Amino acid sequence: MLNLCPSIQVSTCAHTGTFEGGRLSQQDTKMADVPDNAPEHCPGTTSEQAGKSSSCAGCPNQKICASGATKAPDPAIAEIGEKLSTVKHKILVLSGKGGVGKSTFSAHLAHTLASDSTKEVALLDVDICGPSIPRIMGLEGEQVHQSGSGWSPVYVDDNLAVMSIGFLLSSPDDAVIWRGPKKNGMIKQFLRDVDWGDLDYLIVDTPPGTSDEHLSIVQYLSSTHVDGAVIITTPQEVSLQDVRKEIRFCQKVKLPIIGVVENMSGFVCPSCKNTSQIFPPTSGGAERMCADLDLPLLGKVPLDPRIARSCDEGKSFINEVPDSPAAKVYQSIVQSIQDYCSNRVTEEQSTS
Amino acid sequence: MAVIGILDVDLCGPSIPRMLSIGRPDVHQCDSGWVPVYTDAAKTLALMSIGFLLEDPDEAVVWRGPKKTAMIGQFVSDVAWGELDVLLVDTPPGTSDEHLAVLENLKKHSRVDGAILVTTPQAVSTGDVRREITFCKKTGIRILGIVENMSGFVCPHCSECSNIFSKGGGEELAKLTGSIFLGAVPLDPLLSTSIEEGKDFIQSFPDSATFSAISSISQTLLESLQTA
Repeated sequence: MLNLCPSIQVSTCAHTGTFEGGRLSQQDTKMADVPDNAPEHCPGTTSEQAGKSSSCAGCPNQKICASGATKAPDPAIAEIGEKLSTVKHKILVLSGKGGVGKSTFSAHLAHTLASDSTKEVALLDVDICGPSIPRIMGLEGEQVHQSGSGWSPVYVDDNLAVMSIGFLLSSPDDAVIWRGPKKNGMIKQFLRDVDWGDLDYLIVDTPPGTSDEHLSIVQYLSSTHVDGAVIITTPQEVSLQDVRKEIRFCQKVKLPIIGVVENMSGFVCPSCKNTSQIFPPTSGGAERMCADLDLPLLGKVPLDPRIARSCDEGKSFINEVPDSPAAKVYQSIVQSIQDYCSNRVTEEQSTS
Repeated sequence: MAVIGILDVDLCGPSIPRMLSIGRPDVHQCDSGWVPVYTDAAKTLALMSIGFLLEDPDEAVVWRGPKKTAMIGQFVSDVAWGELDVLLVDTPPGTSDEHLAVLENLKKHSRVDGAILVTTPQAVSTGDVRREITFCKKTGIRILGIVENMSGFVCPHCSECSNIFSKGGGEELAKLTGSIFLGAVPLDPLLSTSIEEGKDFIQSFPDSATFSAISSISQTLLESLQTA
């Protein structure tokens, strides 16, 4: 079904702006689309200077960059804008750090929003290498079907649809060993070719990081309105360090931040009821970070073994144990997100 | 005394500098390339991470695959590691540019002895690690074994053990895939705190169950590398 693995070639890693030491400057870390064979100080294929700067002299891509072809927007962006015009709210779930509970949160956000049967909800999993959403949503082994209007997502309930590369793999052992461009192509297809229908909410679950998947999602959604991002962290500085980078990414691409969720926030022993900080907030946790960066802290979700169990069994923890402290925090977080989305609509209506 | 190198190829989320309390030293050049950052004067632990190269530690490295591949190529080829007993490469999650880049570049210079795969006990985690195992098989990397992290929590107040992230997944995965199960490391707030503060947990808590687990895993690994 999918060509999963390129032949591993020892690439003739062409000279591509080698770093000479010291520190990476703003120039180095900016989001340039710099091809493999570009010279040092390549301005980026989509920049105004593409093909025209002094650094471009001698570059094999100079002619094509100077022609403007590389600056032309991908036609898929407009197509996706059209396709998703029937989606009222789009929410990205991001984190700089792996293993903090993004997919767990995305799944439970989807379940909770869909508990209102009048709302149509969809969950898109763009973690191409580690697609966890099918399992967490109880949809392992399901397949995607094609129809005249595109790919059909897989339905959990009448009003809750899911799409993931996991549905396109024939075995749980299949590895998707793809470099950036191929992952980007898949994400484009997910947005353009899936028959989402009319949706109240489209939630996008992402892998950790600030790379191809994140850039692509933002770029392909650039002709639509994205309500914002929910950022997930755990209390430790080691997580927050990466999450601050994710926040910078959001600021760079002008993606509004709905708020921050602190997962794994303390553990109450079921036996003696004492609380332990398994992942200690040595630098003040998400609370301090949000205060420093003036961001809303949507909630602090405690550790609860039943969360992991529910995810492994493909069930909604909030349905299974609705009265648990963790479920109550989730409910409150989802309410905040809903309020944010409705307030945005109200603001737009009052300004138009 | 063994001389170890750690190459951190998680370009978007480089955690190694903080965990080893290195702060923000400059990376210098010498005749044979970039000088790695040493954790102390004894120079038995050498590090390289993009974390040392950022002007602003909160700055996001927002790079697509080709730029990440190029940086990793430089990390492998241009760092003057010197004589090392072991080079450990810490990778981000996934089976993509970073993983391919580090393998291709390492293979140009020397052999790759193998990979350690880290999971938590949950099926959601082992489900992804199965794919990582396939990556290793397809790229011809020997699997040195599987480590199960976050394996249970013993309450310091009453000693009750809670399986917060489920139980047994690591060992099951090893059986399922014919890999060696190296061992399980429990959840330990003392380990989390040490890592946060860049302290050496092994020095601070040599009597802990966590130390014992990590020690045993290291021992098994070293023996496995020596017999290879």
